[in-house]
Amino acid sequence: MAITTVKKNKRFTDSFWNVFKKVLLYSLLILLTLFMLGPFLWLISTSLKSAGENIFQYPPQLIPEKITFMNFVKVMDTFPFWRYLFNSVVVTILTVVFNVLFCSLAAYPLARMNFKGKNVIFILILATMMIPFQLLMVPIYIMALNLGLDNTYAGMVLPHVTTAFGVFLMRQSFSVIPYAMDESARMDGANSFQIWFRILMPLVKPSILTLTIFTFITAWGDFLWPLIIVGDKEMFTLPLGLNMLSGTFTSDWRLIAAGSVISMAPIIIFFLFLQRQFISGVMNGAVKE
Amino acid sequence: MSRRKLTPYLFLVPGCTILGAFIFYPMLRAIWLSLTDYNMIQDAEFIGFDNYAKLFQDDLFWKTLLNTVIYLVGVVPALVIIPIFLAVLVNQKLKGIGFFRSAFFIPVVTSLVVAGIAWDWVYKENGLLNYALQLAGIITEPIGWLTSTSTALFAVMVVTIWKGLGYYMIIYLAGLQSISESLYEAADIDGANWWQKVTRITIPMLMPFVLLVSIMSSINAMKVFEEIYVMTGGGPLHSSETLVFLIYNEAFGNLDMGYASAAGVILFLLTLILSFINLKFVGNKGNLS
Repeated sequence: MAITTVKKNKRFTDSFWNVFKKVLLYSLLILLTLFMLGPFLWLISTSLKSAGENIFQYPPQLIPEKITFMNFVKVMDTFPFWRYLFNSVVVTILTVVFNVLFCSLAAYPLARMNFKGKNVIFILILATMMIPFQLLMVPIYIMALNLGLDNTYAGMVLPHVTTAFGVFLMRQSFSVIPYAMDESARMDGANSFQIWFRILMPLVKPSILTLTIFTFITAWGDFLWPLIIVGDKEMFTLPLGLNMLSGTFTSDWRLIAAGSVISMAPIIIFFLFLQRQFISGVMNGAVKE
Repeated sequence: MSRRKLTPYLFLVPGCTILGAFIFYPMLRAIWLSLTDYNMIQDAEFIGFDNYAKLFQDDLFWKTLLNTVIYLVGVVPALVIIPIFLAVLVNQKLKGIGFFRSAFFIPVVTSLVVAGIAWDWVYKENGLLNYALQLAGIITEPIGWLTSTSTALFAVMVVTIWKGLGYYMIIYLAGLQSISESLYEAADIDGANWWQKVTRITIPMLMPFVLLVSIMSSINAMKVFEEIYVMTGGGPLHSSETLVFLIYNEAFGNLDMGYASAAGVILFLLTLILSFINLKFVGNKGNLS
């Protein structure tokens, strides 16, 4: 009798602790979510407030008195959102495709062939990680102007289409594939390029995903280089366009907020669809590095 | 050379061409430019180390250098330590934990221009932060966080930290999940308590990831530009201006390419020293345990 009571009590305290722990963890998580997303929620709220509502009122009001979409309609008149979105998409896709292609091409011989100068080449490639782009941007700018690459997609994309990180990552993944794979393909008459493309590339899909995600995040958010190389508004990417918008409408916060919300909408939607891939891609990259 | 021998080099051609054209050549060109007086209109004139001499006498250079160091000292420890706790938190087996992981990652994928605008709103004199602090009785008068020389740099630092937390959290999450369960089970059998498991298993096994985050966050802090450009423009009175900001202003504001390149070379040397310190200290600790 006494033993069962003790057991019951223990079970009671155990489950009490579990519930308590869960409540504590969830409260902490929700609090942190508010900190991480709060500034965005505020932006959305401001973009929905009507002209009649004082957005500077004190204390600040998160919920708009009357929700209106007028700010979005108005900002679309002056903010060529679709043009900027198109430019951002083109620049990001080109950067991702060429970066994955060039890095995987370069990584293949470095991982699976013996040739003269292999180590020197690999070390030189890794050394580029130590060189900050901010040192290079001045000469690259001068060079790009001479080549007529200003205000072009090529000018925005080319400096970023091979990264030491990408070569390193792909080399790591190629080097763990058993050599029997290449040899049997070679017996069947495949050449090196076919082995790379048909046999090896399909086997390193997780690393391709990782490189795609990393390149995507940097290319989509890139600001400094486009700011330097692009002056023509027709070629602006979303960050550049939004930066200009916030400069022109300094007085109308509703419009700036509406512009910000539509600028971040595409990436948020894209991320929400592929969140699992984003997160596992970054995790895979961290383990490989 | 036979075709067979040529093959590895062919794979390397695209990547190495890009790295050569956009990193190695500009690197040498930048060093050369740093020894010249060049404004894009007249021909470059060799002036030896004059740019460096001028740099070391320039109060603004020392100011931006100091700001960069303050940035490093403030941002790096926060980004190395806080994400560990976040990672432990989102590694819990709870319902809906995927939602929180994604929520914390959203600032990583949004562009800094949007983030800057959102935080601008938080920092306003009649914004959320002042309201919250007044409500809590911490301050009596609202503070212009971004317009005061004593707070602007720190206000921007908070945004850098906020935007990086999710990224490094995922890297640590990968680290936590790479630790084999059997280690903890063995420790349980030996009667280890929770604290012993944390200090003897989790922390030592996480050290390579701490090194990675430490290197990445310090190199990124060294190169900070976009959040400052968007939020304060380096002001007020240069109080939030960093070294990269100085390079940008000299090169694309004053067209003083030689002077900007000299500052770029200093940035490069500092990046090298920093990576070395990281490898030496954090790396050693990682190996010892």
